[in-house]
Amino acid sequence: MIRLCLRGRGDLAEWRDAARALLRAGVGPGNVEWQVRDAGADLFGLADDPLPPADPALPAPTVPSAFLTLADAVICHRDPARFALLYRLLWRVQGERALLSIPSDPDVARAEMLEKAIRRDAHKMKAFVRFKEMGAPRDGRRRFAAWFEPDNFIVGRTAGFFQRRFTDMDWIIATPKGSAAWDGQTLTLSDEPSEKPNLIDDTDDLWRTYFAHIFNPARLKVQAMQSQMPKKYWKNLPEADLIPDLIAGAEDRMRDMIDREATQPRPFHYRIRERE
Amino acid sequence: MAKSLKQRLAILSDAAKYDASCASSGTQRRDSSASGGLGSTEGMGICHAYAPDGRCISLLKILLTNFCLYDCVYCVNRSSSNVERARFSAEEVVWLTLEFYRRNYIEGLFLSSGIIRSSDYTMEQLVRVAKDLRTLHNFRGYIHLKTIPEASPQLIEEAGLYADRLSINIELPTDQGIEQFAPQKHPARIRRSMSDLSLKIEAAKEPTLKTKRRQRFAPGGQSTQMIVGVDGATDATILGSSVDLYSRFRLRRVYYSAFSPIPDASSALPLSRPPLMREHRLYQADWLYRFYGFNVAEITSVRADGNLELDIDPKLAWALANRDRFPVDVNRAEKEMLLRVPGLGTTSVPSILSARRHKRLRLDDLERLHVSVRKVRPFIMAEGWSPLRLTDRTDLRELFAPKPKQLSLFG
Repeated sequence: MIRLCLRGRGDLAEWRDAARALLRAGVGPGNVEWQVRDAGADLFGLADDPLPPADPALPAPTVPSAFLTLADAVICHRDPARFALLYRLLWRVQGERALLSIPSDPDVARAEMLEKAIRRDAHKMKAFVRFKEMGAPRDGRRRFAAWFEPDNFIVGRTAGFFQRRFTDMDWIIATPKGSAAWDGQTLTLSDEPSEKPNLIDDTDDLWRTYFAHIFNPARLKVQAMQSQMPKKYWKNLPEADLIPDLIAGAEDRMRDMIDREATQPRPFHYRIRERE
Repeated sequence: MAKSLKQRLAILSDAAKYDASCASSGTQRRDSSASGGLGSTEGMGICHAYAPDGRCISLLKILLTNFCLYDCVYCVNRSSSNVERARFSAEEVVWLTLEFYRRNYIEGLFLSSGIIRSSDYTMEQLVRVAKDLRTLHNFRGYIHLKTIPEASPQLIEEAGLYADRLSINIELPTDQGIEQFAPQKHPARIRRSMSDLSLKIEAAKEPTLKTKRRQRFAPGGQSTQMIVGVDGATDATILGSSVDLYSRFRLRRVYYSAFSPIPDASSALPLSRPPLMREHRLYQADWLYRFYGFNVAEITSVRADGNLELDIDPKLAWALANRDRFPVDVNRAEKEMLLRVPGLGTTSVPSILSARRHKRLRLDDLERLHVSVRKVRPFIMAEGWSPLRLTDRTDLRELFAPKPKQLSLFG
């Protein structure tokens, strides 16, 4: 049994290097134990077993590009079993070339489920990051910061989106699973946990006004809202603490609209209609 | 006393919320990495928040002004309504859009307006906002402009140059309905404008002879909205009207909006509102037409009165009315027929087609493809499974329909 400890913060390269060596040495998935290295593991002196040497009798491994795309996403998942799952798939795909096009295969189905979770997590990050302005511009560039709490290690793979979109401003996105920062020249990534910045932005007040008034109280659908914007995101959304009162007041507001007698139009209405 | 920006934002968002569209997808892909500016559209739309009405908030959806010369009975902004009125300047809308965008609240702007002074004047104001965003501020986010049917072709041309999507609301499914409830609007002119837009959108997709470059004109296409439940139109009439619009003008979307109570409603409106479920069923039927190969007559002929069932979805209703087409063999059936199985969709059918090339599928394989086996079981055959008499059961409908509520003696 070979035991390997990985940092496991969404970096495909560390897993890929280990997996390639194992494959070349002919080590089957049942003979590898994958672990996530954390502070505790270091304390107890858990360390990687040395990687075995390549077996020259084995054919060169094949890695379909579809596998790399899948692995690149799956590796970002927090599931501790992801390393073993990917190695099992890699091992099997050497013999079963069509494996990845059988979505009903249990390993493929599981990997696709993790991939989907990563896509969703990244999509929600693009949606729910909220930038707050940090004081006055510096060197003519405005500066913003955001705090976000993703489920998985997705900051690295999602940062490019923010760079392509918010190009003319400086920004930093801090999360417990790493951070990304842009200064107009360089995108700086880190996988170290960040501290939550404490910022107040007055424009949040206008956004809250918009949120409250674009809501139609005659069409309350709380389930539909929550399935798309689960409560775990609410604490970092400036608009979310309005939601309970909007829900509580909706029925009265609707009844008020229905019960109210039709009113008389104002004079300008008659002036317009006379012109017709 | 002059109203603050915040007060006007409140009024003009209240005035805009009855437009259902908030889509920010389907336009060209672009970003700011080369320009060093602000904004991107990367194919998929993004919903940045959800209101408690379950609707996606993707765009800053506001009116430039809710003053309006028109008196459309169903509209919160009609001239005879006593709602509070307000107006933004073009600069204010530009500022709000950019500041909201920078904080990642939105994907862009959906700007509409009441008709003030003249159609051209109103359209000019809308175009100016879009033009300033694009040319002065290097903004590459999403812009949806409402076009005013009577506005001059030059203004429409300019609108298409800056906007991703343009839309004109057809408002009601029949011409008689429009004449009765929106007396200042003219169905023929609305369709004429849609037709002009559609020609321009198509033309812009072709590279020009001279420059070999595509001209930009509303790359996100056009959409429209129909209000449901104001006039007496049946679902068959509504969907027939949509198909007509989709096929003649190549609309990207028809939005259905169940007419809902509005502040200061006109006494000419019907007293009862349509159930929100009716709107939902119309969207499902619209989807079946666009992505599942159904034609509208098949979907709307299940009931004699031309309306969709409210308690079960239109695909299931069709399947129950056409049991001779089932069970469908998931290991052999054509894609077209798989798409007609209640419980299979545009995600699971390709997975089934891919997986069955390598093995004969059983129910537990379907489960791993995230298919609800409970729902599809009566309608399919799979390795080790055939539904026996299930498709002939007379109580099949009851297996799916929600339990009827017992009538209250004291209700």
